[in-house]
Amino acid sequence: MNALDALSLLLVGAGAGFFLVGSIGLLRLPDLLSRLHALTKADNLGLGLVVAGLALQAESLRQVLQLGLVWALVLFSGSIACYLLAHAETASTPVEPETRDGE
Amino acid sequence: MSLALLYGLVGVGLVAMGLYAALAARHLLRRLLGFNVLGAGVFMLFIAHATRAVDAAGRPDPVPHALVITGIVVAVSATALALALLRRLHARHGRPTLPEDREG
Amino acid sequence: MASEVQAFDLLLAVLLLWLAWRALASADLFKAVVQYIVFGLLLALAWIRLGAPDVALAEAAIGAGLAGALLLDTLARIGRAGVRDEARPLRLTRRRAGVALAVVGLAAALVAVLLALPPAMPGLSAEAMAQLERSGVSNPVTATLLNYRAHDTLLEIGVLLLAVLGVWVLDAEPRLDQAEAPAPLHWLVRVLLPLAVVVGGYLLWVGAHAPGGAFQGGALLAAGGVLLHLARPFALGSGWLVRLAAVGGFAVFLLVGLAMLLLGGGFLHFPPGQAGTWILLIETAAMLSIALMLVVLFVGRSRGAG
Repeated sequence: MNALDALSLLLVGAGAGFFLVGSIGLLRLPDLLSRLHALTKADNLGLGLVVAGLALQAESLRQVLQLGLVWALVLFSGSIACYLLAHAETASTPVEPETRDGE
Repeated sequence: MSLALLYGLVGVGLVAMGLYAALAARHLLRRLLGFNVLGAGVFMLFIAHATRAVDAAGRPDPVPHALVITGIVVAVSATALALALLRRLHARHGRPTLPEDREG
Repeated sequence: MASEVQAFDLLLAVLLLWLAWRALASADLFKAVVQYIVFGLLLALAWIRLGAPDVALAEAAIGAGLAGALLLDTLARIGRAGVRDEARPLRLTRRRAGVALAVVGLAAALVAVLLALPPAMPGLSAEAMAQLERSGVSNPVTATLLNYRAHDTLLEIGVLLLAVLGVWVLDAEPRLDQAEAPAPLHWLVRVLLPLAVVVGGYLLWVGAHAPGGAFQGGALLAAGGVLLHLARPFALGSGWLVRLAAVGGFAVFLLVGLAMLLLGGGFLHFPPGQAGTWILLIETAAMLSIALMLVVLFVGRSRGAG
């Protein structure tokens, strides 16, 4: 395994790690907004790392651009989906800020 | 174990689950999901079998692939029609179940 | 195509079976439908592993995407009361025991057949590849769909048309009134709809020599149309233009087939030199028609906003 493969493995592994963290957030956090926050950010970054790792393995510039396009589209549509979910949730129920001390 | 055997077994599992849900469930949407999973299982049996019939270059048999693409389109058409029927039934009776399944 | 079973395949197999069971047995139907959509996407991965990229494209676009949208839309329209079901909907009662027994018997028989099959069996790949040069395209799946088994595809479009007619007849109620869609949804449409048109057209063109085709392209176009409807609801109505576009794919296919018959070859028998051109003509009409029909299945006959 040469340096390029090792770097790819590292990047894809880091990306998978971010996905794992996002999924744990999805399962463990208390309400919709905090879950959306954790999931969207972690998944977008995770996908970026996976794409970077795969781009190192690509055979041509065209494949690198295609991978980049995939990431850009997921970033764009994922962020908008996150907004729409949050909008649908907060339109019906107002959000109460949660504090530790109950101030 | 070959790919064909592994995915063939998955196909059998899907057929069994889908058929049971399609026949035994009460809510019509659940029965519809059962039909779709049954269909997915049958498609998987087709495609898994296609990998047993490769040509000289190692490409799988294309005829089952074409049949499955046709099957996917037909399944979605049938699902759309079934959903329209389900909405009408629900509008008339208030519950999306068939009369014989509506016990007290 | 992958040639050996890897850990990924075992994981995928377990996930597929587990997700399918959750989709069928969840008490909350919303969860069940979401799990079914995820199941459909993982199924597309399985098709890739089995060397069927054309099927994977169709499954992701039509089987998971469009079917999922239809299911979610129906759930929204039958309202909260229809979504919650009994706690264990597939629980084994006495009435269901007979069904369960028959299903287990069927599964056992299928497994026995599977285990008895040899690893290599004769199929139609040799014949399909042998005739590929004369078929007009170089993608064997497209050749099968539009040349060797073109009559199947004609009838498949006919089935889709019948479903559209059925939905037109049944879907007589006006839709729920939707609130004004938030601005980001409009941005999404502005970016994704042109992209869907371009990629859909590309899939149609590239289907002749690589994975793709009219159905996959048409499904992508339909996805753009559904997205447009979500942002700015429109009514397709049943005017003559909509009817013409819906019937157009089937009509062109049928007319080409009859023309081949009149030219002396046989129904849908293309002359070897011209096959590619006729196939492209049929596929273009079919793609536009399929896209419209899939959008109609989603939109129904609802009245637009305002």
